[in-house]
Amino acid sequence: MLSVEAAQVVLDDFSLSADFTITKGARVAVLGPSGAGKSTLLAAIAGFQDLATGRILWNGEPLPDDPAKRPISMVFQDNNLFPHLSVAQNVGLGLRPDLKLTSQDRERVETALSRVGLMGMGARKPAQLSGGQIARVALARVLLRNKPILLLDEPFSALGPALKAEMLDLVRELVTETDATLLMVSHDPQDARALADQVVLVAEGWAHAPQPTAELFDSPPDALRDYLGG
Amino acid sequence: MNRATTLGVIALGVVVCLTFGTLAAVALRADAVARLGPADWAAVRFTLWQAALSAALSILLAIPVARALARRRFPGRTVLVTLLGAPFILPVIVAVLGLIAVFGRSGVVSTVLGAFGAEPVSIYGYHGVILAHVFFNFPLATRLILQGWLSIPAERFRLAASLGLRPHDIARMLERPMLREVVPGAALVIFLICLTSFAVALTLGGGPRATTVELAIYEAFRFDFDLGRAALLALIQFALGAGAALIAFWVAIPGDMGAGLDRAIRRWDDSVLHRTRDVLVVGLAMLFLALPLAMVVVNGLPGVLSLPVQVYAAALRSILVALGSAGLTLILALPIAVYAVQRRSRLIEGLGYMTIAASPLVIGTGLFIITFPFIKPSDLALPITALVNAAMSLPFTLRALVPALAATEANFGALADGLGMHGLARLRYLWLPRLRRPIGFALGLAGALSMGDLGVIAMFADTHNATLPLQLFRLMGAYRMEDAAAAGLLLLLLSLSIFWIFDRGGRVNAVR
Repeated sequence: MLSVEAAQVVLDDFSLSADFTITKGARVAVLGPSGAGKSTLLAAIAGFQDLATGRILWNGEPLPDDPAKRPISMVFQDNNLFPHLSVAQNVGLGLRPDLKLTSQDRERVETALSRVGLMGMGARKPAQLSGGQIARVALARVLLRNKPILLLDEPFSALGPALKAEMLDLVRELVTETDATLLMVSHDPQDARALADQVVLVAEGWAHAPQPTAELFDSPPDALRDYLGG
Repeated sequence: MNRATTLGVIALGVVVCLTFGTLAAVALRADAVARLGPADWAAVRFTLWQAALSAALSILLAIPVARALARRRFPGRTVLVTLLGAPFILPVIVAVLGLIAVFGRSGVVSTVLGAFGAEPVSIYGYHGVILAHVFFNFPLATRLILQGWLSIPAERFRLAASLGLRPHDIARMLERPMLREVVPGAALVIFLICLTSFAVALTLGGGPRATTVELAIYEAFRFDFDLGRAALLALIQFALGAGAALIAFWVAIPGDMGAGLDRAIRRWDDSVLHRTRDVLVVGLAMLFLALPLAMVVVNGLPGVLSLPVQVYAAALRSILVALGSAGLTLILALPIAVYAVQRRSRLIEGLGYMTIAASPLVIGTGLFIITFPFIKPSDLALPITALVNAAMSLPFTLRALVPALAATEANFGALADGLGMHGLARLRYLWLPRLRRPIGFALGLAGALSMGDLGVIAMFADTHNATLPLQLFRLMGAYRMEDAAAAGLLLLLLSLSIFWIFDRGGRVNAVR
């Protein structure tokens, strides 16, 4: 269980407050207008953004300060791969940050790449990959890190609709396999419908407690109605 | 405090010790009975006015050349703009050799004058010092001012053309405001550079009318072994540098990033007069820069393979010093850059830039005072030279590294943090690969600067451990001009090679 307790992030003249819990294994979409603080919420959970007040706990334990020690994998909007490292190295970082990989590790990297449909592409550099393939490499690393929480900060927003649907399917499979709790920022209510069973609405300085997706879209609150337009 | 921070603090500590620590050693020594004579005050006056005049002349010459380069496209323009950056890595003593070959008593100019029955000109004296300073700094001024010209948006010139503005209107409304912004900073940079001039004054100046404070420190030290007076002069030199650096806080210093200079502005106010003038100006500038270098090559070529063995030994020492200095520069700069970027601290970065106002001779004096009770100074000549050279290259290295590192951390810092890439893993798999180009450039620059340096080494070396620039200076002093010319060519080739190899190494296969 992920608990955000009376947390507040303050940045110059912007502030975001949150106080909610997310059950283990939930698939949560984070929706809201641009600039409302969706990415800030994820950054705070991942440990990239300090809290002004409050705290965040996982299974009752406060999260450590070091982002790498948190039980979290995060996929960013872009810059998910180091362009100077090969695909296999980029994935291998999920096992060992110093890349001292044993032959067994290398096998696991290759297996993870096969799992996301990139068999035999380990030697390539990111520049030789398409946008969809880059997203797949990032997901292969998520698979290897095998952390209980997965945060997605709109990593598929630059992909076309068909490719995006494919990636969302892959994400669904991966979180089901690893039993991970998913928080996914999105601009697109369709993403929420497709993948998420709950929605955290971020608007007007608040990250609201998660609500069941279907319920929320059937009777949207004002902030969501404004955002959806209609 | 993590490991990166610790290393950053240590590197900053080394820099602070080198600048203020040596100064403290100097100051403690200066309280003796030493007093400054009239010659010392003359040196202070000369240092100030030659620096001011060199800056003014460099700027005055640079403005028409920059204007011509800004509005003309011609074959060889890129080469010329690149050539304008070359004096930076050109060993001072090599340039002096070239200038003597052109402007000396038996040089090109004197020969031409002689054909008309005129007296030959002499390059030795204050005018030679200023000539050499202009040779070194007018290209820098041109690049800085050219940058200013190219920073005027093209739309402004289009607007001016559509409004039918005449050339003098354009000058008044667009160009002079730009110059008012760029020129003070450029002049101050050149003033600062000329303030710490040592090698030029050593070779072309000297005597009561052309001795800089740096040269006076060296002479007090080397000829009179008057440590007290050397220390007093060192304090004065530091005050001059610190004063100029304080002024620099109030003046915006233009940056020479070397990028984007390879285009020209399209203008509509052209005329035959302008074209002729531009061609003439660029031609003369090219001649002024290229002729001395060409003379070094022409004079040096016959003897470069048959030099005395001491010269080759000196060359080997120079290569080792240059490599050591380049490595030291990086060892100092990288932790400081990391510390500055992680703390987002301009102050930390600023401390790293401190050595730009420091004088190598002052640092050298301080190091001598600290070490000579324990060790024979000449035994330390090469390591100290490498260390002082590294400190002098630090500002340029930080200038190259800090923005690149900041960009790397902005793009990939969170990813690396999330994956737990700390310490060596971050160095090896994030910083070094991402910073290959600036590191290559910085190593090349530091290596070339050290290879050509004639400063601290002159204070410390004895007959057995001279570097190539010092050996070359001794050959000149012994009037062995043929050997000097050949050694000059060798030094030129070594300096350009070390820059090229490192800079190239940073570019090859670099993934952007």
